[in-house]
Amino acid sequence: MIEASASEAPSGVGESAISLRGLTKRFSDLVAVDRVDLEIAKGELFGLLGPNGAGKSTLIKMLTTMLRPTAGEARVWGHDVAKERNEVRSSIGVVFQDPSIDNMLTGRENLDFHGRMYGLDSALRRRRIDEVLDLVDLTDKADIKMEDYSGGMQRRLEIARGLMHHPNVLFLDEPTLGLDAQTRRHIWKYIENMNAQEGVTIVLTTHYMEEADYLCDRVAIVDNGRIVALDTPKALKDMIGADTITLEAEFGQETLLASLRSFDWIKEAATPNGALELRVDHAQARVPEVMQVAYRNGVTVKSVALHEPTLEDVFLKLTGKKMREAEAAGPMHAMMMHRRKG
Amino acid sequence: MSNNRVGGWMARDLYAIYSIWLREMLRFFRLKSRLVGSIGAPFFFLAFLGIGFGSGTPMPGIPQGVGYVSFLTPGIIGMTLLFSSTFAGISVLWDRQFGFLKEIMVAPVSRIAIVLGRTAGGVTTAILQALIITLSGILLGMRVSGPLGLLLSLAFMLLIASTFIGLGLAFASKMEDMSGFSLIMNFLIFPLFFLSGAVFPLDRFPPAIKVLAMLNPLTYGVDGLRHSLIGSGIFSPALDLGVLVFSCAAMLGLGAYLFETSEVK
Repeated sequence: MIEASASEAPSGVGESAISLRGLTKRFSDLVAVDRVDLEIAKGELFGLLGPNGAGKSTLIKMLTTMLRPTAGEARVWGHDVAKERNEVRSSIGVVFQDPSIDNMLTGRENLDFHGRMYGLDSALRRRRIDEVLDLVDLTDKADIKMEDYSGGMQRRLEIARGLMHHPNVLFLDEPTLGLDAQTRRHIWKYIENMNAQEGVTIVLTTHYMEEADYLCDRVAIVDNGRIVALDTPKALKDMIGADTITLEAEFGQETLLASLRSFDWIKEAATPNGALELRVDHAQARVPEVMQVAYRNGVTVKSVALHEPTLEDVFLKLTGKKMREAEAAGPMHAMMMHRRKG
Repeated sequence: MSNNRVGGWMARDLYAIYSIWLREMLRFFRLKSRLVGSIGAPFFFLAFLGIGFGSGTPMPGIPQGVGYVSFLTPGIIGMTLLFSSTFAGISVLWDRQFGFLKEIMVAPVSRIAIVLGRTAGGVTTAILQALIITLSGILLGMRVSGPLGLLLSLAFMLLIASTFIGLGLAFASKMEDMSGFSLIMNFLIFPLFFLSGAVFPLDRFPPAIKVLAMLNPLTYGVDGLRHSLIGSGIFSPALDLGVLVFSCAAMLGLGAYLFETSEVK
């Protein structure tokens, strides 16, 4: 799905939930966001994928009025982020990368404060607090102080809070950063539910490729402040093409290579790093066949590995570097990983 | 959007000021140890200085018939307000460090409402502490001139607290973290306290230092508190009030300006 249905668009607002034209943010000697054009449809679950330091957070900060753009234009739900800051602020919900809760207050009190700041009256606040707590399974923890929450619970409460005032667009900056795999999967489920049940447009940033792949309708791959590719996760992975089967043989690898070349379902066969690499569609289904060929030729196979294209491969192909390498360049990374307790 | 919303921007801002104030109250009453801790220092100053200097020959420079405890209590009330409200202003730094400031800054309320909510919260907690000290002073022997004076002292407390919340906010907006906090406490707040004539009459300072005391807004605050509580002071109450209104407007303006222009990381 690419174009999601627009939900209750106020009159005078265009078709897009978010619209960027040449948006740029320059810090003294660094261009963090570089002339970005982008349209995000209403109801879409949109991902910005890239290594830390790629400019995703800076982009989000401009869209949430926390930073002023250096140049270009950005509209969120039809409002200019530089000129109509209060209108933008009342159209959005934000879940920041770092914790932004009051540890001295309980979960319910944090939500209540939030509701007040967004002008919800007490009846609506009570109803919404119950609804969003239920959505993230924190109803029975509502009256515990935040300092006694685990990292994952805090995160869930923040996500619930971002949604509480019925924003049109919800921004999630690295929603699962530093959380364990199980908590991450839970949070994915909550995000999906919110998008489906409340119809809210969601823009999330992540440097976890599987997160973008699993959750997002469309993904923009960001590197050095620019969007280098933008499509559905499937279309992006199709850029890479086929799966890869990597085979290591005891001996007779050349014989095997020669006989495999006669099959038309093998798109490419080569031994770039000593091991035999085959490019095929549906690799899992082809492995038995490859093994049979090896057996018939008397070749002893030491190991077989399968690899389906990931967004990581897409990133590698587009930027010439691995996401982890690009990340290592950012000195902020290690620091940020320390901010949130597991 | 929903129709369960509070009306226009103005009403929303007032509601936001109230919400921020309410949060400060929640935190204040939840952190009982902080309350006891912050009231401890001024209380012991009052009790021990009062006992120590209050007995024996009267301290020169104190008007005839005014006991030392009566003289000292308004000074210690000023001290309480000075410390507590500067701290309240600077505590914005905590919110920044713990990220809560972002939650406030991204909300659809005007920046001035955020500053006013903070100020209202800080003023309330500072005055609550000051009232505890006032009561302690009365119990230790301060003779209050009358109920009208008590009422007037509240106005002075409000102005003193607002002035130093402005100062705290200004610092908080310029500081990266809490590392400069003890520097400010020891090299600005304590001198402001001692230079205000809170503990002994200003006449005991050499002329050069007296000039510094005259530039200190707290001097006028303590003097105004003495006028209203014990009916004795060195300047005219009108001058005290005028200086404080001016310093309050200036410091709050500066604090609000610096807070608004500082970027949240």
